[in-house]
Amino acid sequence: MSRVEHLEQIIEEYGPHLHDAPHGGWRADRVIDRVVPTHCPYCAVQCGMNLLVENDHVVGVEPRYDFPVNEGRLCPKGVTAYLQVHHPDRLLHPLIKRNGRFERASWDQALDLVVAKFKELQTKHGPDSIGVYSGSSLTTEKTYLMGKFARAGLGTRYVDYNGRLCMVSAAAGNNKAFGIDRAANPWSDIPLADVLLIAGSNCAETFPVLNKFLWQQRDNGGRWIIVDPRETATARQGDLHLQLKPGTDVALANGMLHVLIEDDLIDQAFIDSRTNDWDATRELAHRYSPDVASQICGVPAQKIVDAARLYGRARTALVMHARGIEHHTNGVNNVLSYINLVLATGKIGAPGRGYGTITGQGNGQGGREHGQKADQLPGQRSISNPEHRKHVCQVWDLPEAELPQAGVSVVEMFTKMREGEIRGLLSICNNVMVSLPDTNDVRRSLEGLDFYVCIDFFMSEGARYADVVLPGSAWSEDEGVTCNSEGRVVKINKANNPPGEARPDWWIVQEIARRMGRGKYFSFNSPLEIFNELRVASRGGNADYYGITWEKIEKNNGIFWPCPTEDHPGTPRLFEDRFYHPDGKAKFHAIEYNPPNEVPDEEFPLILTSGRVVYQYLSGNQTRRIGFLVEQCPEPYVEVHPETAARLKINDGERVRVVSRRGDGVFPVLVVRTIRPDTIFIPYHWGEQLAVNQLTNPALDPTSKIPEFKACAARIEKIHSRQLPILGRQRKGASASEVKRG
Amino acid sequence: MEETMFIDPQRCIGCRACVAACRECATHKGYPMIFVDYIDRAETTATVPTVCMHCKEPTCALVCPADAIKVSDDGVVMSALKPRCLDCRNCVNACPFGVPKYNTEIHLQMKCDMCYDRSSEGLKPMCASVCPTGAISFGKYEQIVPLRRTKPVNVHVFGNQKVETKVYLMLPTDADEVKVDGCGVFEGMLTRAGSETAESWIDTQVEHSDKSNEF
Repeated sequence: MSRVEHLEQIIEEYGPHLHDAPHGGWRADRVIDRVVPTHCPYCAVQCGMNLLVENDHVVGVEPRYDFPVNEGRLCPKGVTAYLQVHHPDRLLHPLIKRNGRFERASWDQALDLVVAKFKELQTKHGPDSIGVYSGSSLTTEKTYLMGKFARAGLGTRYVDYNGRLCMVSAAAGNNKAFGIDRAANPWSDIPLADVLLIAGSNCAETFPVLNKFLWQQRDNGGRWIIVDPRETATARQGDLHLQLKPGTDVALANGMLHVLIEDDLIDQAFIDSRTNDWDATRELAHRYSPDVASQICGVPAQKIVDAARLYGRARTALVMHARGIEHHTNGVNNVLSYINLVLATGKIGAPGRGYGTITGQGNGQGGREHGQKADQLPGQRSISNPEHRKHVCQVWDLPEAELPQAGVSVVEMFTKMREGEIRGLLSICNNVMVSLPDTNDVRRSLEGLDFYVCIDFFMSEGARYADVVLPGSAWSEDEGVTCNSEGRVVKINKANNPPGEARPDWWIVQEIARRMGRGKYFSFNSPLEIFNELRVASRGGNADYYGITWEKIEKNNGIFWPCPTEDHPGTPRLFEDRFYHPDGKAKFHAIEYNPPNEVPDEEFPLILTSGRVVYQYLSGNQTRRIGFLVEQCPEPYVEVHPETAARLKINDGERVRVVSRRGDGVFPVLVVRTIRPDTIFIPYHWGEQLAVNQLTNPALDPTSKIPEFKACAARIEKIHSRQLPILGRQRKGASASEVKRG
Repeated sequence: MEETMFIDPQRCIGCRACVAACRECATHKGYPMIFVDYIDRAETTATVPTVCMHCKEPTCALVCPADAIKVSDDGVVMSALKPRCLDCRNCVNACPFGVPKYNTEIHLQMKCDMCYDRSSEGLKPMCASVCPTGAISFGKYEQIVPLRRTKPVNVHVFGNQKVETKVYLMLPTDADEVKVDGCGVFEGMLTRAGSETAESWIDTQVEHSDKSNEF
């Protein structure tokens, strides 16, 4: 009976409230006891930063100039990250919902209730009646623990992680093409590339510090080809901006491949010696002339030719992509069609020549390596491979029969909740009411549960639905490793103790397992002990961490996996000699263009795409509480091209209703020439009635099971709102619907 | 050459990390002294950061009746000295770049002092430390300029006022100076019979007023 009955009271008590000063206020007379070198809790650049600690409180941040990735640089989220640590909204003790209200409970009461409910459900409905939904903003130790907890602690097959909503299409595409899932090149290769082809990534807003490398490349005389339906801050500086229709990447990439073949810009020797399945791909590309591609993707044919020639003639070049091409029902195909360009020109496996996905979450890479994914075991092993199962069961000392089979993706898990197959849920490190597609269905899933327990350090929109909320730790309150987008494993260090009765996440999870009678598999006393078991569990797998130690990471500013032995230096650049398929070759995939699941029609004539802004991180559970960030971007808006706005007779700042087949929401209009006339854009970081995911399409990619966040059909309706339009500089201040108390 | 700032608006991604970081400087009391603005969001995502340009002859200091704005030996124009600041806001109105702001909460003019507490100890200012793209850089001319494909310019013309600054703008042009056009408003106005230049016109005025005060 996981319902929200007293929303006002929950917001009053747990926020989001705005907080904008360090513990004890802005002061010049601080006595800093310790400076803790660590990394940012947010995106996958994993910038180094120094936290200033006074009296067990994190009171400030100082650039960490000596960390080679960012050399002191930070984005506004990174600068203000420490303000979440002592935020007044922090959850300080366990909460049990009684009669619709959260009441303070002791750890024993809360944990005993969780265990009693889990046992009851599993006795009545079987072990698979409990689902575990984890996340990739956790340290790798915790992500490893969550996979083990679901399988060995609860014995359920249903475990998945929020990377499913992030870069899982890239993971699947990489595995298909290369036999391994990791960016192929370190970022130090970016300045060495003559040309960068960046598809579906507004890295200026989503990975700001990555732009350091982009501009180094530019300073060296390099060129940028940017593929994006919007003229973003990234695309604005592109030498070529291919402003395609959302979801038509396959046509564009095939068109480019066609030109590469016609102009003989391919590397036949590379294709012959290091790849398979070229012929089918070549034949397919033959049909995608620039004109054909242009008809589909809406990019002028000449620009497709120019882009192909620029990329093809470059001596060195990198292809990078992100969510823009991955959040589609054709996500994996989009990825594979860009990889075809890389393989056809042989531009991979050498300095300045390569390919990589720009991972999203801080530990997006590490979180998809060690077994919290529905079909995966530690070390990027497969849960359906008997050899892999055997290895992991040996490490865990678990009878093989007790290791469940593969589960399903999170969107499918939420369907199973509505169908009654999953009756209980444990979630950590996610905010389902913001991040999953089709919010209204997600609400029905949560309300249909018999029992929902959420571990978090803030009351997220999703946690409001929980029966029990357990207060976990913020990033500065625990230690462990993360793996950044280049495959560099870095170390997060502890700066302060969790406030109040909040506990480290790994302690909470272990305590549940222990009370479930599965304590023998969970006797870790520290994250280091978890890491050391993870090293052994990943040994021999693709993502081999065996040779990585915490000391080695600190000494070398991070270690790139695979690192099979303790004297191995790590592997910054992949594919120099071989790919990871058994025959050492990479695979082409002949990809036919398919439209997105939903295309515009008379009723819903616009393409709605969603994305991020630089001031908010993912579901906003952390960043929507920090005054500075909220002030810069207090609420979502809908970007509309002036031609479309004129046709619909809507003005800048006016509130309109945006409607799709699944729901609707009211958003202020931002009239901008930087978007295609047939496309509208809404950023997604907000919940409840501000969520763009009320509208988005939960249709899934057949392989990666990623939902189609980036393209659905929608329409705009004019409403006669009494609210005044928000204009220009007045787009400031807290959003009234979100923040009740300042 | 001493270290200074280089502002490259082309690189600005509008993230305002500089604004957030500016607040972190212990002496700023949580107030940022750098501004990032959209140029015209309806047309473009282009943004531009504004810091104090640290003029060689700072207008703000020249117009201060209390002599509260001091310039360091290495040419950094400081915030107003608290005991001297009269709250008159002359500097706020006079600065051609619109940089100094008057803080009504603490009754003090505040402006970028190039993080003097940091830069005087060999650390980079906060904004230049965190800027992801190098839109704001801090360093020596000979270290930064050769790496860039843009031209450093530190002469700005506002109507009839020519301002030379310690801070450089990095521009994708061949121009030697940035002309902020006064739309012809000032053109010719100050050149008329009896007072050939602005300077001589002022001299005449001063001479006249001096005489009027004599008994």
